[in-house]
Amino acid sequence: METNQTKNAPTNVVGKPLDRVDGPAKVTGAARYSAEISVPGTVYGVLKTSTIAKGRITSIDTSRAAKEPGIITILTHENLPKPAKTPQQVEKWRAAQSYLPMQDAQVQYAGQPVALVVADTLERATQAAALINVTYQAEAPIDSFHDPKAELFDPQKIQQGKKDSHVVRGNPQQAFDGAAIRHEATYVHAINHHSPMEPAATLAVWEGADKLTVYESSQNVTMHQGALADLLGMPREQIRVVTKYIGGGFGCKGSFWPHTILTVLAAKAVNRPVKLALTRQQMFTGVGHREDQEQTLKMGTTADGKLVSLVHTKRATTSPWDNYTESNGKILDMLYACPNYSTTYELARANVMTSVWMRAPGEAPGSFALESSLDDVANQLGLDPLEIRLRNYADYDHSNGKPWSSKSLKQCYARGAELFGWDKRQAKPGQNRRGRLLVGHGMATASYPVHSSQGTARVRLFADGHAVVEAGATDLGTGTYTVMTQVSADALGLAPEKIRFELGDTRLPTAPGSGGSVAAGTVASSIMAAAEDVWDKVVKMAVADKKSPLYKAKPADVKVELGRMFLTKDPQKGETLVAALVRSGQPDIEGSGTGKYGAGYEEKNFGQNGADPNNDSKEKKTGGHSMHSFGAHFCEVEVDPDLGTVRITRWVGVHGAGTVLNLKTATSQMIGGAIYGIGAALMEETHRDASFARYTNADLAGYHIPVNADIPEIKVEFVPESDPYINYLGVKGIGELGMVGVAAAVGNAIFNATGRRLRHLPITPDKVLEALRQPA
Amino acid sequence: MTEPITPDTPAGGPGKPANDGSRRTFMKQAGGILGLALAPPFLSQAERLTALSRKVEGVSALSLKVNGTVRTIQAEPRVTLLDALREYLDLTGSKKGCDHGQCGACTVLVDGRRVNSCLTLAVMTQGKEITTIEGLAKGEELHPMQAAFLKHDGFQCGYCTPGQIMSGVACVQEGHAGSEAEVREWMSGNLCRCSAYPNITAAILEAAKSS
Repeated sequence: METNQTKNAPTNVVGKPLDRVDGPAKVTGAARYSAEISVPGTVYGVLKTSTIAKGRITSIDTSRAAKEPGIITILTHENLPKPAKTPQQVEKWRAAQSYLPMQDAQVQYAGQPVALVVADTLERATQAAALINVTYQAEAPIDSFHDPKAELFDPQKIQQGKKDSHVVRGNPQQAFDGAAIRHEATYVHAINHHSPMEPAATLAVWEGADKLTVYESSQNVTMHQGALADLLGMPREQIRVVTKYIGGGFGCKGSFWPHTILTVLAAKAVNRPVKLALTRQQMFTGVGHREDQEQTLKMGTTADGKLVSLVHTKRATTSPWDNYTESNGKILDMLYACPNYSTTYELARANVMTSVWMRAPGEAPGSFALESSLDDVANQLGLDPLEIRLRNYADYDHSNGKPWSSKSLKQCYARGAELFGWDKRQAKPGQNRRGRLLVGHGMATASYPVHSSQGTARVRLFADGHAVVEAGATDLGTGTYTVMTQVSADALGLAPEKIRFELGDTRLPTAPGSGGSVAAGTVASSIMAAAEDVWDKVVKMAVADKKSPLYKAKPADVKVELGRMFLTKDPQKGETLVAALVRSGQPDIEGSGTGKYGAGYEEKNFGQNGADPNNDSKEKKTGGHSMHSFGAHFCEVEVDPDLGTVRITRWVGVHGAGTVLNLKTATSQMIGGAIYGIGAALMEETHRDASFARYTNADLAGYHIPVNADIPEIKVEFVPESDPYINYLGVKGIGELGMVGVAAAVGNAIFNATGRRLRHLPITPDKVLEALRQPA
Repeated sequence: MTEPITPDTPAGGPGKPANDGSRRTFMKQAGGILGLALAPPFLSQAERLTALSRKVEGVSALSLKVNGTVRTIQAEPRVTLLDALREYLDLTGSKKGCDHGQCGACTVLVDGRRVNSCLTLAVMTQGKEITTIEGLAKGEELHPMQAAFLKHDGFQCGYCTPGQIMSGVACVQEGHAGSEAEVREWMSGNLCRCSAYPNITAAILEAAKSS
């Protein structure tokens, strides 16, 4: 039989706007998140956190707290059982932050755990934590890279050594100096916090001395299992991590943080299951953030607006130990046809925890700089923002010379412009009024890479016509449960109700976590590979079965579509997988397979050099395609010239993201991405106090995220796109794409409304008013 | 002294207006230390004495009528309604997003009004009708608001969803679901970080139409 026959295989439920299969559990309150798993004997853990950002603990007085009723133990650095290893001692630590608090008396950031109380009720643990008296010898902390005490340094490598801190292509400075149009600007991005609705939580259950189950709010159960195995010195299989439902993550639950191991150690110490949920305040100092950062972009173009050079530098804050920073440069490198490019990262250590990937890490802030500058140049040259983007359209990826695996950006521009009514836009800024409000229209490009990933899945088809499909993935709310049910249904020719898709457990086959937009494409490919394994087995049974219409056929001549096996040359001749299975007398049949996403898939199916034969560009290097999704955002704002308030009044997003597995959930995800970006553009900012390096607005009253009344109708469409190179079903992830370019589209619309360029996010009313006081 | 407060002995005393869930009745009910600590700025001397006369200290029996069933728990008076539901009654549908009344994930109905259960002490709600997300559906049949959320995909991760739905039910009952703009305004106390807002609004408008 044919394997890896993808692509244009008929679908029945894939792509359909199926209601979420986990929806009934979520709308009835039956869905249990990690802190809601009921385990008999569970006691409550509460963290006490440091009030200073730098210094050492001179004493911890727990005597009053210990006298409270119901207190089981109070753990501090003095009596916490030590893990087998700390992150620093792990050869290749898999998480963002390599520092583990409560190992000694040092304090390195505000809000760092200094004690963990375990009590029989949450109230008693909380009360006791408040009664612990910690005295510190405080030192003056460094609050950010702006701090006069801070020293910017060249990290050489960023993101745990995965990326270079310098990238140069061509001769960017010289090209900039000689450019007809030279534009230079600095963009500021505030500290942002992911702020998922569900606070991070750990329920640690020691099933025996060397057997641990952890119910964790995890975007990646395999990562949590591996990190725990490293720290505890236990074999991975002795640690089970379970996440059946997770209340959002946006990146912050895809890394390993101190509270998880502290809870596990506490559970060991008290020999009882311990449940610990971070408070909302602790969510601001417990699970990372998007770092405060500044980008300077020099953009050189020809007199007709064609990019000749991009010189990009980024300065940002990082922690005392790690060199994490978002790689903003990569989208500048690839988004347009620009022959010369460079990016440089500079970091400064401050007394903050390590920042971490937050939805569209790098692409979101990077595109803000690129797309704002391009808008400025368009305005300077009297070009329509769409026109300047078309003039710089990249027919191949200039960052590496590779052809695109697929790209539908022109269609996205055209369709978005049509839906939005872009042709009615007033080109001259500050001219469009609605009553006393200034109206503006802006747009920006979106793109996100298809990262390499792989995973496994298991498919068990039962003779009664139902199936259980398993992969250790997670569903952040992104629809994994639902779309994988659809993929499985079509793979086996069953109705979705006949599929039970299980995820979120390290006992299931290893799958990637939800992050980097890899889950949908990878898990779908894994399921298809596992289904192929089932097909193979059933075809072999059928061709050996006298009662089968396929008796004595060669397996290579048999094709399987929608659960039906048939002769490729005579499609009438065939039967369903289930029919053959029933005759065999076997109650069920099981298959497993490994699916790849991105470059690995292409290499496996098209060979190292299986690049597009039509691509003859000189820059083309050997080997494969560049894989990205693309899209375009169109935004209308109303700006109140007296109050400085900005309201989004219309939004259109059109995207090309390969095969859309479920139109309903995919549309919701793109709407959510746009709104997440609107938050970053207009309101999200965590303030770190310059003197004390503490957050001053660490809760949901102080950290403003969009509410319902902030958001207008949002139109989202996908353009049809087929991509054979990226994975079995041609799926491109969409978790991040919808957010990329959003802040720039908002800023560009504000520029169109007011004639003022706001380069400092979030664009709050004070900044708008200040800008309006300046001449346009 | 521990004197359990029961629904038939309202803290206001016989002949007083029914408990309206206001700050004052709460003071009287919770009484004791909390009453003393908070009383001076708000209450008259006579009321302070009333507060002093009723104490709930330490663990005591609390009877809560949740989704039509009266259940008794042993809990301290400082236990919030949200924690009583989640940690004592194992009704985990009501969510803890912030514990400070900032996000709305914990929204339940108390005598038909939407409240943030994280800002409500369980002891205050004795004798009242508490409705949580678990009490909306009739068996397998979803409440129209639940069905509308499912149909319009009014959620992604689902963590704010019970609060959104309870708030949505109340929003319609209050007569605040007359237009898109009105729904957006009256649903802005319920945060959704996945940002399903347009779909939530569509779901509530549809449920309002059918009710």
